[in-house]
Amino acid sequence: MSTFQEKQLGIIADFEVFDDWMDKYEFIIELGKEIEGILPSDRNNQQLIDGCQSRVWLDSSYANNVMRFSADSDAIITKGIIAMLIKVFNGETPKTILKEDIFFINKIGLQEHLSPTRANGLLGMVKRMKMDALKHV
Amino acid sequence: MTETPEYIQKIRADFPILQSKVHNKPLVYFDNAATTQKPNLVIERTKNYYEKQNANIHRGVHHLSQVSTQDYEDARIKIQHYLGASKSSEIIFTKGTTDGINLIASSFGALLKEGDEILISAMEHHSNIVPWQLLADAKKIKLKIIPIAHDGTLLMAEFERLLTAKTKLVSITHISNTLGTINPIENIISKSHAFGAKVLVDGAQSIQHGEIDVSTLDCDFFVFSGHKIFGPTGIGILYGKEKILDEMPPYQGGGDMIKNVSFEKTTFNELPFKFEAGTPNIVGGIALGSAIEYIESIDKQSAFEYEKNLLKFTERELLKIDGLRIFGTAKEKTSLVSFNVGDIHPFDIGTLLDKQGIALRTGHHCTQPLMDFYEIPGTLRASFSIYNTVEEVGQFLTALKRAISVLS
Repeated sequence: MSTFQEKQLGIIADFEVFDDWMDKYEFIIELGKEIEGILPSDRNNQQLIDGCQSRVWLDSSYANNVMRFSADSDAIITKGIIAMLIKVFNGETPKTILKEDIFFINKIGLQEHLSPTRANGLLGMVKRMKMDALKHV
Repeated sequence: MTETPEYIQKIRADFPILQSKVHNKPLVYFDNAATTQKPNLVIERTKNYYEKQNANIHRGVHHLSQVSTQDYEDARIKIQHYLGASKSSEIIFTKGTTDGINLIASSFGALLKEGDEILISAMEHHSNIVPWQLLADAKKIKLKIIPIAHDGTLLMAEFERLLTAKTKLVSITHISNTLGTINPIENIISKSHAFGAKVLVDGAQSIQHGEIDVSTLDCDFFVFSGHKIFGPTGIGILYGKEKILDEMPPYQGGGDMIKNVSFEKTTFNELPFKFEAGTPNIVGGIALGSAIEYIESIDKQSAFEYEKNLLKFTERELLKIDGLRIFGTAKEKTSLVSFNVGDIHPFDIGTLLDKQGIALRTGHHCTQPLMDFYEIPGTLRASFSIYNTVEEVGQFLTALKRAISVLS
């Protein structure tokens, strides 16, 4: 099993202890608070992915054959989901990022956040992470 | 306000969806400014139409076509009476408010000339901004914006300053979908008429919150969507004064809107059919008639009054929450409240409210210029209808406080 899959299974296991939606979201909010993100003073329009509901800033870099991402949002729940996506994507090769599926979002019941109609910038962020990876294949 | 009156409970029982659960919690539906729920009368009428009388209208000699034509035209008459229009030919079926505004922009707009001016306000929905921008670009017409004060009321002195002999149309919302402000449209209409300008009233929000009488208002156009007054989506109404509608060229070409077609010369049908090309939303029109019938069957004056009291009660309770700020504090206001809490993003609160069964709206409410005015990304908006209860407000406040404590 690839580390890309293992990391996702780890997140799914983290969520198994919660049966209440509010508890799940409290956990997501904590994850959002833990990551460094991008300071407001370091944000720019190139990084911005505009959503109708919340906005996302994404930065990526490539070294030693792996990708690294940092990202932020003006909404803390969006930022919590960003934290999980970054955990899965970070340190992976561009090839893995392009090839492998992201299945954990559906498994933990957060698919609504990645739907095109939700417009919170997350779907755009995943697309841009893949586009950035594509530049280094 | 401690309990919901019995007549409201009775109204509530007519709307089956209100018994639903969402995420295993009883649904609290506070998104009525976006769309209202449907009473049994409307649901049954829709079902019944497809089960027993579906046929195309206006051109069939057979029984079902005649029955459907009759019902569709009866619906038009019900709507005419509800709006206080003098003729049923002044009632045009559209797809909704947006469609009605676009019809006027395209057709009335064809009569305008370079240098003419159109006035709208800073609190308009995107659908009462963009059609005019498109027209202004195409015909070199000037679009001018009536500014607002911080409490969400129009600056009437500015309106009077902007209004000149060049103004051909004032297109204004009756009630702001974001702030709840009720605009002084009677005053706007009479002042505009003094300069020879026509007035289009966007009634998307006012149609479900009070009685409308287009004859007393003396507006030139009034548009609304059926789904905001307990009717189906995809159907709406454009009321226009006959004299102006007669002068306007057709909007779309097709069947039903013609008298005679030849390759040399086509002549157009009379009002209202001139503006109704193609097979219409027949069941939508008929069921909108049922929605009007429904609202005529209840004590609407008391229900509208109750809605206002529910808003006042909710606003008082909301203001007890630390850091909560209400946008739109006009004295004349309808039953919706837009707010934010401290620095918490409205999307975060909205997400946590949804998980507790509370349906309300977050975001810019299709009024981005208004968000820029207040320098905020969006708001939370709770909007009430005649079937919402005091108990629901209680559930909403509890859920909101829980969301805030999780997010703080």
